[in-house]
Amino acid sequence: MRRVTWFNATSLTLGFAFLYLPMVILIIYSFNESKLVTVWAGFSTKWYGELLSNQSFLDAAWVTVKVAVMSSSIATVLGTMAALVLVRSGRFSGRTLFSGMIYAPLVMPEVITGLSLLLLFIGLNIDRGVMTIVLAHTTFSMCFVSVVVSSRLVSFDRSLEEAALDLGCSQMQAFFLVTLPIIAPAVISGWLLAFTLSLDDLVIASFTAGPSSTTLPIKIWSSIRLGLSPEINALSTLMIAVVTVGVITASLISKRGSLKRQADERAAET
Amino acid sequence: MSQTVFEPWNDPQAKPLIQFKNVTKRFGDFTAIDNQTFDIYEREFFALLGPSGCGKTTMMRMLAGFEKVTEGKILLAGQDMAPIPPNKRAVNMMFQSYALFPHLSVWENIAFGLKRDKKPKDEITDRVAQMLKLTRLEKFAQRKPHQISGGQRQRVALARSLAKAPKLLLLDEPLGALDAKLRQDTQFELVDIQEKTGTTFVIVTHDQEEAMTVATRVAVMDDGKIMQADTPANIYERPNSVYVADFIGDVTIIEGRATKTGDGYDIAFAEGQPTLHAESSKTFQNGQSCHLAIRPEKVAITADKPDTRNALKGTILDIAYLGNLSTYHVRLETGQIVKAQTANTRRLSRRNFTWEDTVWLSWTDTAAVLLEG
Repeated sequence: MRRVTWFNATSLTLGFAFLYLPMVILIIYSFNESKLVTVWAGFSTKWYGELLSNQSFLDAAWVTVKVAVMSSSIATVLGTMAALVLVRSGRFSGRTLFSGMIYAPLVMPEVITGLSLLLLFIGLNIDRGVMTIVLAHTTFSMCFVSVVVSSRLVSFDRSLEEAALDLGCSQMQAFFLVTLPIIAPAVISGWLLAFTLSLDDLVIASFTAGPSSTTLPIKIWSSIRLGLSPEINALSTLMIAVVTVGVITASLISKRGSLKRQADERAAET
Repeated sequence: MSQTVFEPWNDPQAKPLIQFKNVTKRFGDFTAIDNQTFDIYEREFFALLGPSGCGKTTMMRMLAGFEKVTEGKILLAGQDMAPIPPNKRAVNMMFQSYALFPHLSVWENIAFGLKRDKKPKDEITDRVAQMLKLTRLEKFAQRKPHQISGGQRQRVALARSLAKAPKLLLLDEPLGALDAKLRQDTQFELVDIQEKTGTTFVIVTHDQEEAMTVATRVAVMDDGKIMQADTPANIYERPNSVYVADFIGDVTIIEGRATKTGDGYDIAFAEGQPTLHAESSKTFQNGQSCHLAIRPEKVAITADKPDTRNALKGTILDIAYLGNLSTYHVRLETGQIVKAQTANTRRLSRRNFTWEDTVWLSWTDTAAVLLEG
């Protein structure tokens, strides 16, 4: 069986080139000796060194991480609560409207979300800073969490909760001792999704950021306007590395888990 | 007969553990349970039997506290259950899906309810060990539910629901997920455990064989009502309605009109056919329409006309060979089908009857049950 035909190989190369060529060029140029982005002058890691001594970049990175951790954590709590209500409470009047309103931000243009939040903060006279970005990111990422968690809850066996109640749990205990541990993988992936969304958001952050709270995407965007620099290439390469390592680790963990489970079930049958 | 028979429902002195008093349950316009009053006694193994949608699961969920009673009252040991939430009731339930907590080990699953009661640690350890022993699960204590077989999961579910020593244990189709062979063994095991622990069991099932095997009393339900609640033998031999007679086991129902003769009734059921005779303690008006229910195994099948009052001639239409038994479907001249069953005590080659044979069916005066119609 010859699977690799000339046509297949070409399609594959073209497809992958389209996806990854820009990133490969970015990574290669991050190791460029020259200050001019377009001229190759030999291999060097000096821009990584410069990056680490550039305080404004480090500050921006710290702000970004703070915002991402806080907003994704709040979004996970709120999104999970919303998912519970939507999946559990059956048909109450206005349910369709309610669920529609939760999912609307998924398709809402970011510019509009950002603008309306900006108007709200101005209207309420709130000083823009880290907290306003956190609030804004929570707003748009909680619906993603809610989608992920509710798809898990739909297949959740309600009798598990009833069993917990039957064995003496209060509603609260039943949730924390039984439901939450079982849906934890969905909640964690909801958190990760919210975290990444917050990490790379530029539009909403630029509407709601204040002078003291520049996030990394805003920092990159504004330095690009002053011209391309190899430092930015180095920074972007680092971000690609972090994301790649994260994704590979997460998939390895889940794959190992499912393999182990399969092996366990086989062992149980014999 | 020195041993006392366990029949608290016939003892006017006996205090029931559970009392349903005019219980009605509605879901919107739909009436799931229709004004039911009945008692369940301590140490009983009470089976709720019926087709799906008859309300048997609703009955059980009201006992567990997962459904609220619309009208009427349920009393447990004389106390009204309505204000008591599920987690405060001395009632535990074994779920159809078993509902084992997948993230906890077998040991932790069984200990779950005890831990909620804040029992001292060594008491929990002792009780769990006792439960593991009762259900023969000692070897699997540290396994997770997905690491054990279906039969073992069923036993974990049972152990978990018995661990808190409830006054009442509810079992929702407990053997539904097991294969036929394992189910039979498990039925007897269930009865054994019920007797050992002395717990009152209420089981919901749609499998009549299962209900008959395990229960002290079977309640046959239809459309939100208990049609008859009695011992398995009485349900089978003395059904009180056509529905119960038809639902439990195999039966031929012959419709006719009753006329009082001697200590029973003559039943005329078709032109040109002899009248049938059945003894009955029920009273019927002369000419009142009635149903005669006759079990196939009580019908004898012979080649020559027998010398009894109940004798009908017909031709064999169908033979269902079940190995130990054969059921003959015999068509009378009127077109009506009567079923007769014989035990296959002889090998096949020695069998007397075959298709299209003309045969006589007969039964005794006490074999059939006369029902109002």
